[in-house]
Amino acid sequence: MLDFTILTENWDMYAEGFKVTLLCSLLALIGSFLLGTILAVFRIAPIKPLNWIGTIYVEFFRNIPLLIIAFTIFVGLPTLGISFDGFQAGTIALIIYTSAFIAEAIRAGILAVHKGQTEAARSSGLTYIETMRYVILPQAIKIVIPPLGNQFINLVKNSSILSVIAAGELMYQADLISLRTYVVFDVYIIVALLYLVITLPLSYGVNYLEKRLAKSN
Amino acid sequence: MDFAGAYTPDHLKFLLEGFLVTLKVAGIAIVLSFIIGGLIGTIRYAKIPILSQILAILVELIRNVPLLLIIFFTFFALPEVGIKLTPTMAAITALTIFESAMLSEVIRSGLNSIHKGQLEAGRSSGLSYVQTLWHIVLPQALRRMVPPIVSQFISLLKDTSLAVVISLSELMHNGSVIYAQPGGDKFIMPIFILIAGMYFVVNYALSIIARRLELKTT
Repeated sequence: MLDFTILTENWDMYAEGFKVTLLCSLLALIGSFLLGTILAVFRIAPIKPLNWIGTIYVEFFRNIPLLIIAFTIFVGLPTLGISFDGFQAGTIALIIYTSAFIAEAIRAGILAVHKGQTEAARSSGLTYIETMRYVILPQAIKIVIPPLGNQFINLVKNSSILSVIAAGELMYQADLISLRTYVVFDVYIIVALLYLVITLPLSYGVNYLEKRLAKSN
Repeated sequence: MDFAGAYTPDHLKFLLEGFLVTLKVAGIAIVLSFIIGGLIGTIRYAKIPILSQILAILVELIRNVPLLLIIFFTFFALPEVGIKLTPTMAAITALTIFESAMLSEVIRSGLNSIHKGQLEAGRSSGLSYVQTLWHIVLPQALRRMVPPIVSQFISLLKDTSLAVVISLSELMHNGSVIYAQPGGDKFIMPIFILIAGMYFVVNYALSIIARRLELKTT
């Protein structure tokens, strides 16, 4: 049976890791939401060069591993004289990677809002940016919330790769604990449970919202 | 940054070997995951009592923990209970566990997307439940599942890079071997750029295929 004394005896380290995991996931969510929104608007703006920038960004970062982004920032950039600590590098990498996915979710949400809405807003004298800001985005947000929730779950899980670049999140603390106690199995099971504490409620929330959205349509 | 020094024929060959390992591990894992995920998805679609509830819980649990944790677990924790795996075996096992859970959801929703009338028609023309699934529902559902399965394969290729933590000699690992040699610092950025490029070319090509197939099926 699972030895929970591991959890109680190493509570400080588990709690610290849990805190860092939550913090970097939240920061990355905010960052990638902002960047993702800009990218989504770029991709649908009626200006060709902006479309290209948006498309190149999204296609490139969606198709390469998060790990290579994290390594480039943490190991690669210092050779060019730009250094970050593990937490900063990991959070930046998560933002760069996740914003590509969030941009796609937001773009799909914007496209799902009926075209007549844009036309109506534009012909009542709003500029393109005003139309986006006051008419389209508020409606798109409702559609976008469930996929955003999914991306947040992915963020929490993906933040585990910060352990590879020595940022003190949950996975990293687990490695330290298992080195200290010579126990591996139970240490990892407890870490899995701690991740589930965050991700399971989120995934139920997302499911609930998806069902409600499906009903309201 | 020393591009010329980083991209010598020897280095390129070594990176390519790493990428072949990545492709091989991902390829084996996707085939295994398709079989296991297909079984799980079908059992849950058929709502076989008890078994489908147990599988539902397992799928939820696996989908909601980080893949990195599963990789660490198969390589470092399983030996504690007497199961010792090589890095290759551990990587394939971990990726298959994770990906089977993901694919089972793809397959289940593919099956659910086939109209119930098909099942009823098959049953009422005298086919057994299993025959109806096998000859009527699955062939139609499979066609719809191809695009999301290709997308899953793209994720899987990217995820294989995580096996670097258990020293599987895949692309990331071979890259790090090159820049870890004395004076290799100036190779770091060129190597990372090349690795990202290799991933991009393969995954982008796959994503175009997935999109084409999607247009065809809808």
